[in-house]
Amino acid sequence: MFDLQWLLIAIPLAGAAILLTWGKEADGFGHIIGTLASAASFVLGVILFAQLLGKPEDDRSHTTTLFTWIDAGRFHVDMSFTFDQLSGLFVLLITGVGTLIHVYSIGYMEHDERRRRFFAFLNLFIAAMLTLVLAADYLVMFLGWEGVGLASYLLIGFWQHKDSAAAAAKKAFVVNRVGDLGMALAIMLMFAQFGTSAVEAVNQSIPGASQSVATAMGLLLLLGACGKSAQVPLQSWLLDAMEGPTPVSALIHAATMVTAGVYLVVRSAAVFDASEVARNAVIIVGLVTLLVGAWIGCTKDDIKKALAGSTMSQIGYMMLAAGLGPAGYAFAIFHLITHGFFKANMFLGAGSVMHGMNDDVEMRHYGALRKAMPITFATFALGYLAIIGFPGFSGFFSKDKIIETAFGENFWVGMGALIGAGVTAFYMTRLMMMTFFGDQRWKEDVHPHESPKVMTYPLIALGALSLLGGLLLLGDWIVEWLEPVVGHAEHHELGIPVWLMTVIITSTAALGVGLSYLTYGRRPIAGETPSDSSVSIWTRAGRHELYGNEINDALAVRPTRHLTRFLVWFDRMGVDGLVTGIADRLGDTSQFLRQPQTGYVRSYALMMFGGAALVLLALLAVTLA
Amino acid sequence: MTTFWLLAPIMVIAALGLVFAKKAVHAALCLAIVMISLAVLYAVQDAPFLFVVQIIVYTGAIMMLFLFVLMLVGVESSDAVKETIKGQRFFAAVIGLLFGVTAVLAIGQTITGTVVGLKGANENGNPYGLAELLFGKYVLAFEFTSALLITAALGAMVLAHSERLTPRQTQADIAARRMREYAESRRHPGPLPVPGVFARHNAVDTPALLPDGTPLESSISSSLVSRGQVVEGNTDNVEATLDQLEEGDK
Amino acid sequence: MNEYITLSLILFTIGSVGVLIRRNAIVVFMCIELMLNATNLAFVSFSRQHGNLDGQVAAFFVMVVAAAEVVVGLAIIVSIYRTRRSASVDEASLLKS
Repeated sequence: MFDLQWLLIAIPLAGAAILLTWGKEADGFGHIIGTLASAASFVLGVILFAQLLGKPEDDRSHTTTLFTWIDAGRFHVDMSFTFDQLSGLFVLLITGVGTLIHVYSIGYMEHDERRRRFFAFLNLFIAAMLTLVLAADYLVMFLGWEGVGLASYLLIGFWQHKDSAAAAAKKAFVVNRVGDLGMALAIMLMFAQFGTSAVEAVNQSIPGASQSVATAMGLLLLLGACGKSAQVPLQSWLLDAMEGPTPVSALIHAATMVTAGVYLVVRSAAVFDASEVARNAVIIVGLVTLLVGAWIGCTKDDIKKALAGSTMSQIGYMMLAAGLGPAGYAFAIFHLITHGFFKANMFLGAGSVMHGMNDDVEMRHYGALRKAMPITFATFALGYLAIIGFPGFSGFFSKDKIIETAFGENFWVGMGALIGAGVTAFYMTRLMMMTFFGDQRWKEDVHPHESPKVMTYPLIALGALSLLGGLLLLGDWIVEWLEPVVGHAEHHELGIPVWLMTVIITSTAALGVGLSYLTYGRRPIAGETPSDSSVSIWTRAGRHELYGNEINDALAVRPTRHLTRFLVWFDRMGVDGLVTGIADRLGDTSQFLRQPQTGYVRSYALMMFGGAALVLLALLAVTLA
Repeated sequence: MTTFWLLAPIMVIAALGLVFAKKAVHAALCLAIVMISLAVLYAVQDAPFLFVVQIIVYTGAIMMLFLFVLMLVGVESSDAVKETIKGQRFFAAVIGLLFGVTAVLAIGQTITGTVVGLKGANENGNPYGLAELLFGKYVLAFEFTSALLITAALGAMVLAHSERLTPRQTQADIAARRMREYAESRRHPGPLPVPGVFARHNAVDTPALLPDGTPLESSISSSLVSRGQVVEGNTDNVEATLDQLEEGDK
Repeated sequence: MNEYITLSLILFTIGSVGVLIRRNAIVVFMCIELMLNATNLAFVSFSRQHGNLDGQVAAFFVMVVAAAEVVVGLAIIVSIYRTRRSASVDEASLLKS
């Protein structure tokens, strides 16, 4: 049965191929094909996962080799996939949330004349993402890694007639290349050190490798993870990526693709376990990103960008957890899954709001939408409660566990994560207040309405998952489930009881909610964004995404441009100058020599006569000499 | 020697006339003078056969051909005064002077040795000696020359022949064309007016006068007009002319 | 002897200058004839100096070739004139692209 896992990938891939090649006749039913392909993959994933559940614990990793992909000398790569506890969870998340988003997109993209192509790209993404998580070889993973990059590029720039969308797609692609470079170098390092890039073999070889190799490999993998997961310093593309259609933001830039970095770190657990430095780097990256993302989320008035900031921040949590070693891996994955539920839920909710508000993303034009869109409001509220960590909701469990573990590792890291939780509650409450509560600040010709059922049902499903996702932790199920993959965790004893910790975290979140309510719930909200000069320096910095673009510009873009200009100049003046200079001089000489060629026979006769005179002169000279 | 010193200046002046004459006909006349003088110099230098050939071939045939072509091509082709190629005249003069002086110095002054004279060679008469050479030593060249002449004659015929590109116009066509032109542009279908009518002369180069005394350009040949050889008819004094005519009648 | 050769050279030079500065093709042609005649004079003079008739034979050949050349050359001039209505050598400057 596990031999069929390649079908998980093949079905959506075939869906994409069919949709891309069929042509206009498929416009009418292309979205159904796409959705069915994703759903079929999901069903197969559920069956496989159920079988996995039925197996004994030591027989839960199944590797299938399809064929030999590359066989060149010592370098041997099999096209092989592993279905184990970790990838099984991911398969369910990707195909499950993916299918819901497919369904949602049927409604959301209904009036887009290129809907068929949109579904083709979505299917392509599902296939690539599944390749990424199922891969049993880092090079195969890299194939999926680049595949999701391509799908992300295509989908961010789906409305490429908008310059901003085309630019955002390009930016995402280029920034991801930086990360991909790290990943590629890591794979090369694996091959150079261990002679293989198979995940299993690398994990086994790592303990025998030197510390510096493990550190280098870990840092390179972290660079790759940073690029894909929009972690500092490669975070700048994610906010721009919101130019894509909202289902894309939900699926790719919230639930699945951006979490690939976390998956990579967890999958390479052996590498990070072997290197303290690499692990600390992961923690720092995660912590910084979590705070930076939260900061940005507090200041954006664009609902999707605020959510994108939140996504960055939540992935920061996952990274942080992943950096904590075996103690945190399971919680990273746990938070990843719950986040996949509630963030997809909220993005789709935001899409539903935009759908009703004539595609306006400005939260200051919203207000009091809870009555106009009850279902959207209700499901969004479930996601909201989940993300702020309201007791009983999925986010409550997952985030608590991360913060707890962080405190177990280091007090200051724990404090950072705790503050992040407070800020998360603050900006999410702000978002809720501005969107669903307060006064109506709608533009004149906007008539908010609830979205069609095809859009609200996925919202309801995801809302339910946001609420119930915490069940995975029931009896520490997920920790034990993942233990064979990520290793056994030593239990850290905190200095205080766990219930007190939970109370502290929950009160911090409540503090954030309260502050936000006082700021945004009680006071009227301006209908337009206050200008940069009228807001505090903190808000201004957040709005400019902490000047990440400016820093990139100064550090990378401008020097590169200057170098390019210099090279162009050198090429033109130096290389071309030499070549064309020779040609030009030849041309000038020819022009000069051409002058006597008047075409008049008398001119030629004159020259002949002059020549004859010269001959005579020579004769005379010889005679006289 | 007297003959030489008599003829040499004439030849040089005539040659300069050939170069500087404005009209091609004058140039041709100058060339004829040079050629005849050359013939005389041949005779002086014991070359009676060449003397005759020079007169017959050059002055007689070639010069006639030139004049004939001049007549064909017409006088419209006379030189424009302005030089079109920049510096051509100046450089031609400079190089010509240089060439002339150098040549005279280099060749003219280097000829040494006594003059043998042709007394011996012309023993049996000059034509006899030449014939002996032509049909003996140079017979092959002579044959080739004949081939050249035939080729030249053929070439001239080919070049001078022109294909008729349009069908020949019959008298009926011409009459029809004239009437059509008359209908379209009021052009008189009859012959052009004759020159000289009511002018003081009845010569071909005097335009006819209309009754109001204005000269009628179309009454004279267009080549005379382009040559500038139109004589003004006596336009202002018709009365006096009539008087003269009456006196002539008496 | 020298005076004949000098005269010949002077006539030759005048002829060449004429070729260079005149534009009427017929006049140019006449100048070429003048140059040919000047060389003929030199031939005849040298013939007398050396006391044999070879020079005169050469002059004779020159005359024959000149006759042929004139025939063809004038035919060319006439046919050019027929197509271009001009006998100026500067008009025929097709050699210049």
